[in-house]
Amino acid sequence: MYVAVKGGEAAILATHDLVAEARRGDPTVPEITVAQIREQQALACARVMNEGSLYDMDLAALALKQSQGDVIEGAFLMRAYRTTLPRFGSSEPVDTAAMAIRRRISATYKDLPGGQVLGPTYDYTHRLFDFALMDGESEATPRTAPAPLDAAMPRVPDILGAEGLMEPEVPPEGDPAPFDLTRGSITFPAGRDVRLQSMARGDEGFLLGLGYSVQRGYGHSHPFVGEVRVGEVCVEFVPEELGFAVDLGDVTLTECQMVNQFQGSKDVAPQFTRGYGLVFGHAERKAMSMSLVDRSLKCREFGEAAVYPAQQDEFVLYHADNVEAAGFVEHLKLPHYVDFQGELELIRRIHKEREERLARQNEDLPEAAE
Amino acid sequence: MSAQNMIAPGFSDPVFQSQAAFRALLDALSEPGTLRRVDGDITPPEGMEAATAIALLALADYETPVWLPQALRDGPAGQWLRFHCGVTLVAEPGQATFAVIDGTAAEPTLAAFNPGNDQFPDRSATVLVQGAALEGGAGVTLSGPGIPGTRDIAPNGLRAGIWAELEENAALYPLGVDLVLCHGDGMLGLPRSTRIEEAR
Amino acid sequence: MTMHQVPAEDTKPAYNYAYLDEQTKRMIRRALLKAVAVPGYQVPFGSREMPLARGWGTGGIQVTAAIIGPSDALKVIDQGADDTTNAVSIRKFFERTADARTTEATEEATIIQTRHRIPEAPLKSGQVIVYQVPMPEPLRKLEPREAETRKMHAWAEYGLMQVKLYENIARFGEVTTTYDYPVLVNGRYVTAPSPIPKFDNPKMHMSPALQLFGAGREKRIYAIPPHTSVKSLDFEDHPFRIQSWTEPCGLCGAGDSYLDEVVIDDRGARMFVCSDSHYCETRRAEGHRGAMLGDAALTGLVEETKP
Repeated sequence: MYVAVKGGEAAILATHDLVAEARRGDPTVPEITVAQIREQQALACARVMNEGSLYDMDLAALALKQSQGDVIEGAFLMRAYRTTLPRFGSSEPVDTAAMAIRRRISATYKDLPGGQVLGPTYDYTHRLFDFALMDGESEATPRTAPAPLDAAMPRVPDILGAEGLMEPEVPPEGDPAPFDLTRGSITFPAGRDVRLQSMARGDEGFLLGLGYSVQRGYGHSHPFVGEVRVGEVCVEFVPEELGFAVDLGDVTLTECQMVNQFQGSKDVAPQFTRGYGLVFGHAERKAMSMSLVDRSLKCREFGEAAVYPAQQDEFVLYHADNVEAAGFVEHLKLPHYVDFQGELELIRRIHKEREERLARQNEDLPEAAE
Repeated sequence: MSAQNMIAPGFSDPVFQSQAAFRALLDALSEPGTLRRVDGDITPPEGMEAATAIALLALADYETPVWLPQALRDGPAGQWLRFHCGVTLVAEPGQATFAVIDGTAAEPTLAAFNPGNDQFPDRSATVLVQGAALEGGAGVTLSGPGIPGTRDIAPNGLRAGIWAELEENAALYPLGVDLVLCHGDGMLGLPRSTRIEEAR
Repeated sequence: MTMHQVPAEDTKPAYNYAYLDEQTKRMIRRALLKAVAVPGYQVPFGSREMPLARGWGTGGIQVTAAIIGPSDALKVIDQGADDTTNAVSIRKFFERTADARTTEATEEATIIQTRHRIPEAPLKSGQVIVYQVPMPEPLRKLEPREAETRKMHAWAEYGLMQVKLYENIARFGEVTTTYDYPVLVNGRYVTAPSPIPKFDNPKMHMSPALQLFGAGREKRIYAIPPHTSVKSLDFEDHPFRIQSWTEPCGLCGAGDSYLDEVVIDDRGARMFVCSDSHYCETRRAEGHRGAMLGDAALTGLVEETKP
């Protein structure tokens, strides 16, 4: 008898071998180590940590190595691992005012307590190739600053807040535990906790585009960078059995607070409004994009019309997730021949029926009409 | 004495016993009125049928507030449930995701429990009704999803008004609570989608 | 602890049975019980990130993982066939994580996870069919906002859907939806049957099997209990009709099955074969022969085995 030729499983296994081969590249070139990626590709690691929603530089580096540098594939690896981890509880809120500053800039004040700290930034590099890097001749010459940074680095919006000019941000009544969008299904309109979480793990490119759209007029935002700060904050956890906070270690964060045009009403004196971004690692572009879109999504709270994409929470939240988006876009590679057959059957039948109808019409026409 | 010594054990093999119990519940609610047996091999706490205890072990946790009759709530059953499932016991029937009621008690009526809302009818309560027997009582006829034609059941030891309450509940469809009648190791599902006719 | 560690022979930490942790399974199970109580209504659930890509069956996988046990026999199909790459991959996933007993025989399976087809052999009481669903919301193409479609379902406001179908008829003389053809479940909820060809829609009506639907990326679960009314939307003057072919399966001669088209040369020659690979194979084992069996052997689609 005849049986179907089956090769699916063998073919799948062979693709795994081919991936391993492609990943390794030319075997005469030394293999890259996870430590090298962690130390020398830290910005890519930060992006994988953000979009993978897991702070672990080593795993982020491993994800990048395993995915051949494909950031979304790397984020996917992080998330699939993260979801299996046991949860012990939530940390205490981190205090970014107490951040050990590496970089801190404000566009709203020429000078301010603590000063402007440029830190490591590409902002003023000229984008000219450094061909010396091609030969592996990079030389870092760290220099010690003549004076240590100020101990106090107040956050710019706090300075405005002290004057009563900044929209205060306080937890909702009763300070409920924030929603966890990795455990529950979100509903709309979405609360700010859900929006911020979703954006923190959202695709940098998508948020950058949306933030840009707000600036170009697809939104009503006229922002100033109140402050961007990068540095280390301490994460604390209060174990139930101890009842006091235990220091779990430091994480690197980038925080951006945008100061936006003021709002006011009969009862409330005008105040600047805030757009907020907070992300893992050094990731300024992401934090700034997030804070632009955060302010834009506050339109409902301020009674502004939500007409543009960046103002619509459902649009932003559902489409910012690049792991989900990539999965659905790429699923089009899967076989669809059953559905396509249905379409083929239909279009052929419509053609046939149309030809028959035209033929009938031609027969019915009197010859004089030709 | 540790808590474990005071509180009767739950599942000895949570992964597979939960799975088996869930499949029995799934069958019970997708084919209303069919008798399903659960073999959880446990000794239920006082006042709880084995089927009730097994259903709660399989489904309840810190995300699902549970309502119990006062006597159960204050007794070993409440303690047992808190210990094994980490549930919050609530005093207000309307707050419960799962509730256990005594089939003969007049209160609370089914209307006291959350029927969900029109946009989220899934947010309704599941009520485990403990009765004297799942057969031998006055018969009622069921129809609706999960039932080819009609199906007759005759559970015993339920308050007189329960069928009228269930008819009211079914009239709320797609809102309404879902019932599982429990006795011994047997269970019988009566979801809100089931229409009920009392024998005349 | 949310992760139940199964001690393996080599004491390395292992994933839980069927991959999902027990708390997650409980959450999915609760959603499934509400889904069967309100047939056709989409229950939101806390869909987990899976080690397989979103859009590649993570909803169906989570549903199967929440229901499967040691006494189950699992069949996985994609496009009706057991050997499609993604079906192979999903079957492997359950063999690996749940030590699942798998089968290609429709009648032996207690759980059938499927993408895009319902097997040709009638399903039986006691079987569960789990559909992988990409877009659970049948109204999404008419109204992209979840906040709006939810209200439309709440108030059973389905006029927009009727209008869309009727516009189709006005333009093409018939409803041009050939797959994922919307159905009305239990007379209440308009529901997406998943992208099965409309050929399969009648199999859903009053099926003795339990039908479960999982949409992982969209985070929805829904169900159709056995013996439940499932009506494909239509109009009195334009009744619902299914696809038909002018020729039978080239391999087994079946005239009652859904056929896939296989292009066999570069001059446009083609043959039609059953999309349900097990159905086709069973018929051939019973001695049925299609007209093109010899050609199929030549092109490597089938091979002859000595009895």
